Amino acid sequence: MRTNLRTAGVALRAMLVLTVVLGLGYPLVVTAAGQLAFPEQANGSPVVVDGETVGSELLGQSFTDDSGGPLPEYFQPRPSAAGNGYDGGASSGSNLGPENADLIAAIEERRAQVAQFNGVGVDEIPADAVTASASGLDPHISPEYAELQVERIAAARGLEPGSLQDLVAANVQSPDLGYLGEPTVNVLRLNVALDEMSE
Amino acid sequence: MSALPAILQVATLVLILTVLYRPLGDYLFRVYASRRHLLVERGFYRLIGVDPHAEQTWQAYLRALLWFSGVGVLLVYLLQRLQPVLPYSLGLPPVSEHLSFNTAVSFVTNTNWQSYSPELTLGYTVQLVGLTVQNVVSAAVGIAVAVALVRGLARRRSGTIGNFWVDLTRGTARVMLPLSVVAAIVLLAGGVIQNLDGFTQVTTLSGGSQVIPGGPVASQEAVKLLGTNGGGFFNANSAHPFENPGGWVNLFEIVLMLAIPFALPRTFGRMVGSDKQGYTVLAVMGTLYLASVAILSAVERAGWGTAPELAGAAMEGKEQRFGVFGSTLFGATSTLTSTGAVNSMHDSYTAIGGMVPMLNMMLGEVAPGGVGAGLYGLLVLAVLAVFVAGLLVGRTPEYLGKKIGPREIKLASLYILVMPILVLGGTALSFAIPGVREDVTTTSIWNPGNHGLSEVLYAFTSAANNNGSAFAGLTANTPWMNTALAVAMLLGRFVPIALVLALAGSFAAQDRVPATAGTLPTHRPQFAGLLLGVTVVVTALTFFPVLTLGPLAEGLL
Repeated sequence: MRTNLRTAGVALRAMLVLTVVLGLGYPLVVTAAGQLAFPEQANGSPVVVDGETVGSELLGQSFTDDSGGPLPEYFQPRPSAAGNGYDGGASSGSNLGPENADLIAAIEERRAQVAQFNGVGVDEIPADAVTASASGLDPHISPEYAELQVERIAAARGLEPGSLQDLVAANVQSPDLGYLGEPTVNVLRLNVALDEMSE
Repeated sequence: MSALPAILQVATLVLILTVLYRPLGDYLFRVYASRRHLLVERGFYRLIGVDPHAEQTWQAYLRALLWFSGVGVLLVYLLQRLQPVLPYSLGLPPVSEHLSFNTAVSFVTNTNWQSYSPELTLGYTVQLVGLTVQNVVSAAVGIAVAVALVRGLARRRSGTIGNFWVDLTRGTARVMLPLSVVAAIVLLAGGVIQNLDGFTQVTTLSGGSQVIPGGPVASQEAVKLLGTNGGGFFNANSAHPFENPGGWVNLFEIVLMLAIPFALPRTFGRMVGSDKQGYTVLAVMGTLYLASVAILSAVERAGWGTAPELAGAAMEGKEQRFGVFGSTLFGATSTLTSTGAVNSMHDSYTAIGGMVPMLNMMLGEVAPGGVGAGLYGLLVLAVLAVFVAGLLVGRTPEYLGKKIGPREIKLASLYILVMPILVLGGTALSFAIPGVREDVTTTSIWNPGNHGLSEVLYAFTSAANNNGSAFAGLTANTPWMNTALAVAMLLGRFVPIALVLALAGSFAAQDRVPATAGTLPTHRPQFAGLLLGVTVVVTALTFFPVLTLGPLAEGLL
């Protein structure tokens, strides 16, 4: 009994000291390092347009009208299961299984919608356009999905499709070292560039 | 799409781990074998009132470990219950009793199962003062137990197996903390956030509004992976771009999960005085690891199943920047270690693909397993393999000069039995108890049919193995799930640890039997093959029936 009491006392003191060092000291040191050495990254890689922060380069966002419909003049991101779509306070995937009827119906509906919206055949639609990401905040789409949206945006904005294709090509990001990850297009960055081009 | 990028990624990973093996393993050896105490360590020992030179019996070692962990559970529980009065709580209410209990147990046992959505539940104080602390110390505890077992194998006629407080302190001060600081700074450079800003509202490019979360993420992310913890700062875990921005960072995070578990065989070899013994253990871990990565990646790329085939690829629940392979490499790594972090949603994997993470955990997480836990798990299997070989050829079972007698084999057998009992028992009870069954099928299960059974099976597999990943559609924040999973985590962590320490004590007390012509060599490919076989067969026989009801039925029917 006395041994147990003694051990409990040691355990409690150890936990309290370690809590101060690891729970306060460690994160504050890293916070200081981040704010001094990598302020951009530490504060969420903000994207600034005309002096206003419009989002984060790392987080996808919606390009929809007031009723939630996709805006034809912007590149559209992937479907999102975070809140009502790209909710930065509620990251989440759909967690629907491969045989779940709700998922199958959702993919059917998205295929029809993307095909009709962009005036293309359903067979041309890449997988990322009709599937929800893991985080619900995926900032990227595949280069194929970006290219597929060019005609629609050109028509909506009265731009040359050729210049838009060049814009997409310039915004395709290759994997690090050529093989770490997949080729991507950052939707927010691309749309910022698109707005600049249209001005 | 060719398989070349995937092969190059694995090759890079293997190269990095190969380069790390000796220096990191040797460093760990020196940390735990050294007789010197750092100045800060001496101060710490004085402060908490222990004599660092006093050796402990296995019982005393276990008692210290249990008290330390018990205090941890209590502290994390209280912090959550008192959340509203703590600073930086973002206006969040206190966490419910059963969820607080589940989360406290989860982080102390190195499981990091999360029944809750962090950004909606926990403020910064609980995350830092409660969870980050346990991320570090639960990892240090895991390594300590492995080191104590190896000491037992290395010592002769000794009544003691080391000092828990010294092993805990060194694991924290010389291993986890410095490596975490370095890893966190690398993650910061890669885009992981670290601030105390809370949620910021912005007007988006098209005039909508979006909240941008903040938080001390990099410090948590680093130790979450290095200590094979896995509890995400955000609900989406390492799929969240603020936790894992992609590209090289994804591979770096995978390296963090594997670095210590794959280096510990080297430490083991050094401690028992034979590098070859370390290579044997490494060979078994490495073979299982590569096989699992290859199978999971091939299955997910094939993309069988109605939804993936309709979409054109198994991209539901996967991020574009990782693609299929960046997701499966991470998912396999996370479930073969005891991490349980995810950068893709395992619930949305193809049916057979979703079975692979389950199998990885059912192997007992020994390829390479959690920090410390992987090594002691595989050494217990080695004891069993030696015994099986002894039965087959009529040789006296010995491992590293220690006799495997009735006491040792009983302890090893009990160790092997604990996890399957918790997994199968917990799953069965969830469907068998009237009242609970209705709750589980209507509230907890998210996907209908066989997949729903898989969600519950996955949850108990994850809890009993202290993994922490999930088929995350499952609503686990119910009184039954929170309590049952917490019990599975507690027993799945501390019963095996008690058995391992008892085994360590029993080995330490023995003299070393000299090797003779009749001794089975345990450093040759033949033994590695046997050990691999025993590991796979034990798992397959135990879990095949239940897998036929879940993922196999879903995938094959």
